[in-house]
Amino acid sequence: MGKRTCLYDMHVQYKAKIVDFAGFDMPIQYEGIMDEHAATRNAIGLFDVSHMGKFVLKGEDAKICINHMVTNDLTTLENGQAMYAPMCYEDGGTVDDILVYQHEPDDLLLVVNAGNKDKDYKWIESHLLPGVDLKDITDELCQLAVQGPKSVEFIMTLTDALLDTVKYYHFMDQVVLADVPMLISRTGYTGEDGFELYFDKKYAQTIWTLLLDKGASYGIKPCGLGARDTLRFEAGMPLYGNELSETINPLEAGLGYFVKLNGDDFIGKSSLEQYKNQPKRKLVGFELMEKGIARHGTDVLSSEGDVIGTVTTGYISPTLGKSIGLALIPYAYDKDSMVVQIRKNRIEAKIINKRFLKQ
Amino acid sequence: MKIVKGLYYSKDHEWIKIEGDRGFIGITDYAQEAMGDIVFIELPDVDESFAAEDNFAVVESVKAAADIYLPIGATVIEVNSKLEDEPELLNKAPFDEYIAIIEGFETDELETLMDADAYEAYCNSLE
Repeated sequence: MGKRTCLYDMHVQYKAKIVDFAGFDMPIQYEGIMDEHAATRNAIGLFDVSHMGKFVLKGEDAKICINHMVTNDLTTLENGQAMYAPMCYEDGGTVDDILVYQHEPDDLLLVVNAGNKDKDYKWIESHLLPGVDLKDITDELCQLAVQGPKSVEFIMTLTDALLDTVKYYHFMDQVVLADVPMLISRTGYTGEDGFELYFDKKYAQTIWTLLLDKGASYGIKPCGLGARDTLRFEAGMPLYGNELSETINPLEAGLGYFVKLNGDDFIGKSSLEQYKNQPKRKLVGFELMEKGIARHGTDVLSSEGDVIGTVTTGYISPTLGKSIGLALIPYAYDKDSMVVQIRKNRIEAKIINKRFLKQ
Repeated sequence: MKIVKGLYYSKDHEWIKIEGDRGFIGITDYAQEAMGDIVFIELPDVDESFAAEDNFAVVESVKAAADIYLPIGATVIEVNSKLEDEPELLNKAPFDEYIAIIEGFETDELETLMDADAYEAYCNSLE
């Protein structure tokens, strides 16, 4: 038996299929990935993401401290704002990709991948500045994602807080929703508008049930990790372990926007500067020209038949109905198409823009 | 979970229906339920022969690919090509939609498979 989030009993009650994810018994789906995916694109999806690691970083130099560990430039971060940032090793390989929430410059919340939590904690702890305190509060909080085009309208029926004024990647703390105080951020991992809610786990079941009951008229559905992955993939968002890893740096993953080489020094900066001058690999989107699914780990071949790379994620896109994927291939590869080897079949894969929903 | 009487069942959750010297093979309700939304199927070639336990088709759900095994040695004489465009039919009607029609099998080999009651007990033991 794995670890369980504060909502495990609810997942069982809502007939989830449970799988192991990062040591947690998590719902992969309830009624079905396709329906859950569609609910999030068209109405509202509710996700238990309490397994995500959550650290509090406090102390006068907290912001300076974490800014030195991530590739994005946190100096522009304001109170009430959150920022996405890759965190790298000296060689540029990725430790994790994280969210940094700023209450005050000396009081930050870090949200990290569940599977990387222990590694991240040790990494950050080993680079702390004097007077900065790191605390793992994962087990104290429930974290829900409410995602989809009707999320804002729906959540605003449950609170007096003016959540529609909260801009993308900003948050409001001490929002009272159904008598429960919570931090609500305009963030998510689906490519849709919506919120993430952080609150004391003792209210987990109450809030979960309330959202599903009150949201029924908006078409809300509980969604599992299956739909979470197809949604983030369609939106072109990276998943650590697929598009990012200890051996895939954020520039290769196409995350140059979040790597600020002009700003202050950070761990991995000189390696990434070097890499930028001599890039070796790039992440591309592709669409299969025949039926099939090129999944994570599938070999990518040049049109001449040489293995040149690997698929990082691939699905039949529930929204587009096409078989598409992301692949890491040589930077110099300049043809319009490549080939994927699926079992005994070689299938042509046309290279397309990896912002799949925007074309 | 639906189980149909009169069919043979394998531990890998395939069913075989015998009509004369032909067999229809498909996947069970338990299998489709476990897989979730089925989005792609790779069918065998017609006239292709397989030994017992050979992988003869691949059924893919949103999340994963599952190999489908032929529980008995046989030759494929027809495939249900409708599934290429509508793989979701395996979710909707797993016992109506066969994957392939087979011939040239040994009747003795069928006796190694389970009947509906034994298969039901087997599925319950997996819960």
